[in-house]
Amino acid sequence: MELLSGGEILIRALHDAGVKHLWGYPGGAVLHIYDALFRQDDVKHILMRHEQAAVHAADAYARATGEVGATLVTSGPGATNAITGIATAYMDSIPIVVVSGQVPQEKIGEDAFQETDMIGVSRPVVKHSFLVKNPADIAETIAKAFYIASSGRPGPVVVDIPKDVTDPNTKVPYHFPDKIKIRSYQPSVRGHAGQIKRAVNLLVSAKRPVIYAGGGVVLGNASAQLIELAKKLNYPVTNTLMGLGGFPGTDKQFLGMLGMHGTFEANTAMHHADVILAIGARFDDRVTNSVDKFCPSAKIIHIDVDPSSISKTVQVDIPIVGPCQSVLNDMIALLGGIKDKPDESAIADWWLQIGGWRERYGLYTKPRYEPSDGKLIKPQDAVKALYKVTEGNAYITSDVGQHQMFAAQYYLFDKPRQWFNSGGLGTMGYGLPAAMGVQMARPGAQVACITGEGSIQMCIQELSACTQHQLPVKIIILNNQALGMVKQWQDMQYGSRYSHVLYEDSLPDFVKLAEAYGHIGLRVNHLDELESGLEECFSHKDRVVILDINVDQYEHVYPMLIAPGSMRDMWLNKTERT
Amino acid sequence: MKRIISVLLENQSGSLSRVVGLFSQRGYNIDSLTVAPTEDATLSRLTLTTHCDDVITQQLTKQLNKLVDVVKVLDLTDGAHIERELMLLKVRASGAAREEIKRCVDIFRGQIVDVGPTTYVVQLAGNSSKLDSFIEALGDAIILEVVRTGVSGIVRGEKSLKL
Ligand SMILES: Cc1ncc(C[n+]2csc(CCOP(=O)(O)OP(=O)(O)O)c2C)c(N)n1
Ligand SMILES: [Mg+2]
Repeated sequence: MELLSGGEILIRALHDAGVKHLWGYPGGAVLHIYDALFRQDDVKHILMRHEQAAVHAADAYARATGEVGATLVTSGPGATNAITGIATAYMDSIPIVVVSGQVPQEKIGEDAFQETDMIGVSRPVVKHSFLVKNPADIAETIAKAFYIASSGRPGPVVVDIPKDVTDPNTKVPYHFPDKIKIRSYQPSVRGHAGQIKRAVNLLVSAKRPVIYAGGGVVLGNASAQLIELAKKLNYPVTNTLMGLGGFPGTDKQFLGMLGMHGTFEANTAMHHADVILAIGARFDDRVTNSVDKFCPSAKIIHIDVDPSSISKTVQVDIPIVGPCQSVLNDMIALLGGIKDKPDESAIADWWLQIGGWRERYGLYTKPRYEPSDGKLIKPQDAVKALYKVTEGNAYITSDVGQHQMFAAQYYLFDKPRQWFNSGGLGTMGYGLPAAMGVQMARPGAQVACITGEGSIQMCIQELSACTQHQLPVKIIILNNQALGMVKQWQDMQYGSRYSHVLYEDSLPDFVKLAEAYGHIGLRVNHLDELESGLEECFSHKDRVVILDINVDQYEHVYPMLIAPGSMRDMWLNKTERT
Repeated sequence: MKRIISVLLENQSGSLSRVVGLFSQRGYNIDSLTVAPTEDATLSRLTLTTHCDDVITQQLTKQLNKLVDVVKVLDLTDGAHIERELMLLKVRASGAAREEIKRCVDIFRGQIVDVGPTTYVVQLAGNSSKLDSFIEALGDAIILEVVRTGVSGIVRGEKSLKL
């Protein structure tokens, strides 16, 4: 058998686990590993400019491909820098493996240089973690890490490797296990047949049903099944922020996003529903508003691969633990076989009622924001123009703030894995490195990051890594000269006392900034330049472009749920509420 | 309501901290926690007691099960089970009180395991309320030190928590 050092074993094992791209940043504790990387071509390393960005990029790569993303960072500051990225992946259930270097085992506990207890620091934000103590354990640990990260409810796994374990002078046989079994870990692979039957019976008896589908549909590759089920039943569908694209955004059965900034029609339909089918969604507080007022007349079916997601905040009537795809397949099969059919006239009435809501305040029947004066660019119009110029086909990443919500509301995602954002943790700084991850996964595709002038500055350094690795992403800044979402809350709840949300003329010139990094910078100030600006931006196929769009600084995101309250309690604009 | 939950855990470095961390992270209160290896050295057995309602207990059980190192979780509360706790007490014992304390220890079926000129160390096992009553019977005035192990529990009859 071939003898390899720990560093070589790690790289070989990553390759055998399917890693093509490893996002990382070197340092003392991983020098042996970096030397092993140097001497091979199987795994391509992408040098980022910050470990947080390395993790975000691996995370987005995972979201784009459905594979496990991989990151390599050094001990101490490298490891702690990675934490925000890991927590982001954890909250959104994204399969990644983060390998971190550690000080040599004999130094652990001595407060050695660049020593951080990574297992301890990362514990609350990982699905699992391993400390590898022996080079002979590396390959199996990596195999386990990838299996855990990608199975059941996916999530980040940390593998912490002390420097002595990768010592080039210690060589051991290499063996990568082709099957992994962990006796304490058996994720559900099938839903309970009896529960599924009860669910189908309840579903067809519904008079005012809503299908509420979340990120689990995207992660679980269950989009086709969701569409088939929804079409068979002719029931309305709403997606969570994480679920967008799981059901086609342009489909007539789609009510739009639900929740805090969800559409009037989606939130109102939820409130009045008699049966809710929740699929791979977790009744997040940004969806439900006050739990005690949530959907008062609904019976709830909840499909989720993670039993702890079920009845965590909202008690449900029919829990089904299992992967969305297989459970939906079972439901579809059952639907064909049972004699009860959906009550067509009740469903027709329900659609009429929903049609009324769409007419009244719906986001897509006519503009619900004050129109532009012809010069000023409304951020909503910017997203709509982007949608038009990219023909709805771009991969869109976003950051956190008003721009993120406008992106979610006005770019209609027709495909799963087309929309990437930090929904759970709400991490400003996610957008640019995420766009890089997506671009790496989808070479040649149009990838755009819809961001704010605040968020983009949180990982702006990656403009340099874009050059190095030829990742021609497009950065669309909806520049409202403020930490807009915070400012909106200050408008609504703090008497417009703008505490530290303005930059006092300190913003960089983003055009020059782009140029400093060797990219193209464009600025758009007037509505009539908007579309041509976007067209020019995307005409530079092989270049990174920053398009700095000056938008209305006073715009708010609506609808907005009013807390405490139910899902039908919403602000519709600055002066009108339900 | 008081709950007693048994957990079978991989006996690996770091696995206990994941269990303990879960409680602080999710805001559950633990009243007591005992842990030690089992007859199978690769497994630890953990018993924990807590006060929470049914919904929280369910969540807690699920969250424990979700930890990759947790092999099995069993809520012992509602089924027939035995719970025991061991207590060591140091008490001031001088003069007439020495006899009095001895009698009380006998009544509770405890043992005096150390005799000093002015102190006793008393050992007592039983369920937690028995230990509480004993402390009450002796009275605060003479108690110098109380060491309790926390509750260990096991199901009665055929059923057992195994791999
Ligand atoms: C790392 C991080 N820090 C702080 C916040 C809180 N926060 C949420 S939105 C927001 C403002 C974002 O400003 P910008 O990127 O310009 O977006 P806008 O709302 O103006 O569109 C802030 C500070 C956050 N989500 N993430
Ligand atoms: Mg802004």
